Amino acid sequence: MLYILKSLLTVVRLTGELGSMMIEIESLTKKFGNLTAVDNLNLNVAEGEVFGLLGPNGAGKTTTVRMLCCLISKTRGTAKVGGYEVGSEENVLKIRKIIGLVPDNVGLYESLTAYENLDYYGTLYRRTDSQRKESIEYFLKLLGLWDKKDSLAGTFSKGMKQKLAIARALIHDPKIVFMDEPTANLDPEAAKTVREFILNLKKEKKTIFLNTHNLDEAQKICDKIGILNTRLTALGTPEELERSINGRKTVIQLRQVNETILDSLKKLGLKNMKTEGNKLTVDVVSPEEENPDMVDTIVKAGGRVQTVTVTSSSLEEAYLKLVKENSP
Amino acid sequence: MTTWLPWKIAQKELKVISRKKSIILYTLGVPIFISIVFTILLSSQTANGIPMTLSLGAESIIYLFVILATFLPSTIAAYSIVGEKVEKTLEPLLATPTTDGEILLGKSIAAFIPPILSSWLGASIFMGATDYTLLKEGLGYYYFPNWNAATMLLLLAPLAGVLSIQIAVIASSRVSDVRGANQIAGLVLIPFVGIFFAGAYGIFLFSILNLLIFSLILFILDLVLFSVSKSTFKREEILTKWK
Repeated sequence: MLYILKSLLTVVRLTGELGSMMIEIESLTKKFGNLTAVDNLNLNVAEGEVFGLLGPNGAGKTTTVRMLCCLISKTRGTAKVGGYEVGSEENVLKIRKIIGLVPDNVGLYESLTAYENLDYYGTLYRRTDSQRKESIEYFLKLLGLWDKKDSLAGTFSKGMKQKLAIARALIHDPKIVFMDEPTANLDPEAAKTVREFILNLKKEKKTIFLNTHNLDEAQKICDKIGILNTRLTALGTPEELERSINGRKTVIQLRQVNETILDSLKKLGLKNMKTEGNKLTVDVVSPEEENPDMVDTIVKAGGRVQTVTVTSSSLEEAYLKLVKENSP
Repeated sequence: MTTWLPWKIAQKELKVISRKKSIILYTLGVPIFISIVFTILLSSQTANGIPMTLSLGAESIIYLFVILATFLPSTIAAYSIVGEKVEKTLEPLLATPTTDGEILLGKSIAAFIPPILSSWLGASIFMGATDYTLLKEGLGYYYFPNWNAATMLLLLAPLAGVLSIQIAVIASSRVSDVRGANQIAGLVLIPFVGIFFAGAYGIFLFSILNLLIFSLILFILDLVLFSVSKSTFKREEILTKWK
């Protein structure tokens, strides 16, 4: 009975998730002649989710975004953006209307002012005069550029240009925003501003597809991460990816390690137990359940516990390992 | 295709062009300079009375403005397309819900209007100055405007301008800088310059019939090259194959 109930709940949850999927990719492949840029990519991004696509240069991140934005064709597989099938001629304009793109190079018209840049794109997205005026004022004020609205974009700093490019991608209130390396080449302060802005977009239920090299950034702002190296080598939350490599470890600092304590611990069937001085390191799956047992066993064996720490491999370690293992 | 959108794209292009002093000077300066130089030359020819070759000479000079209307648009078209490629502004533009045809038409309108207007301005200055000079020398009527000049300026020049833009678009897909696109597009001048010399040496007569035949040939070429340039302007090719 319980099994049936659990199964039903799973089906309900999955149905709910599928219903709100904004990006659905299945076996997506892109070849340029003999070169395979993206191979058999499968992933889904739910509404309001910040998805980070990590990967080295040439991994196919930009190609993936370009395929999803209907800028280049796919060789094989299927992809849906906002429910519209990518690759169908009749859906191209529909998809472009609901997406915003921040390319890796900001691509602003440097001889136009900040206001003129946004106004032009607002026009291309068929926004009315009043809608454009309202959106431009809203975004320029939000991003701290209102005072510079009449300055030429060419006179802006990199950070200001990046902010303006983000405002341009949002001028038509898109449901999905694709960002290709939005904080690359920015100073830490400007990068932080952009990251905070992305998190604000998440609050507004916008779906963000983020290409990045920056692991720290991905960890801070992404709900889900995919590691791409032509093929998708890993997919999950940042925490899941960290655990997937080396799992988690419990480090117990004792006042004195002795044979009695080690023998007692061995009886618990612990995995990969190592000692280094008076420090014990053990692989754990669920530290919340396993650590009290270990501490209890040590105390009963006459040991004195000074500290208990749980560690896991970093996202950087996970990323480097996966990329190295899956180099084409 | 949305009819107003190409015009909006053209407006933005014209705004960008209007802020590039070198393009303004070039587009406006060359026709005015030529009109002044040839007015002075023609005035010196008429110093001893009205020359017999006036018709041939003045018409050839009007034809020079057709050549300008052929040459100048390619500069702007090349800047408008290759310039965007160089400045990396094409990708966000291509991601908007605009069709290839709307973008291409908008850019073509922007490349067409300033050169044709400046060619007409230059030709008008020349025609006005010529009339003034000839009246002073005793010609009892206004030589300009006449049907030949009108055919050249109102029919031949626009068609030549369109031809030049189409070639510039095609050239833009083969080069990585504005200068390169200009050089390739500049090849379109060769037959026009050939006709100029043929006219100057009396081999080609700038008669209404000849000009209409020439215009018809250009019109057919425009139609053919428009479909070629449209097929060249494909988003995927621009982003992945254009140099």
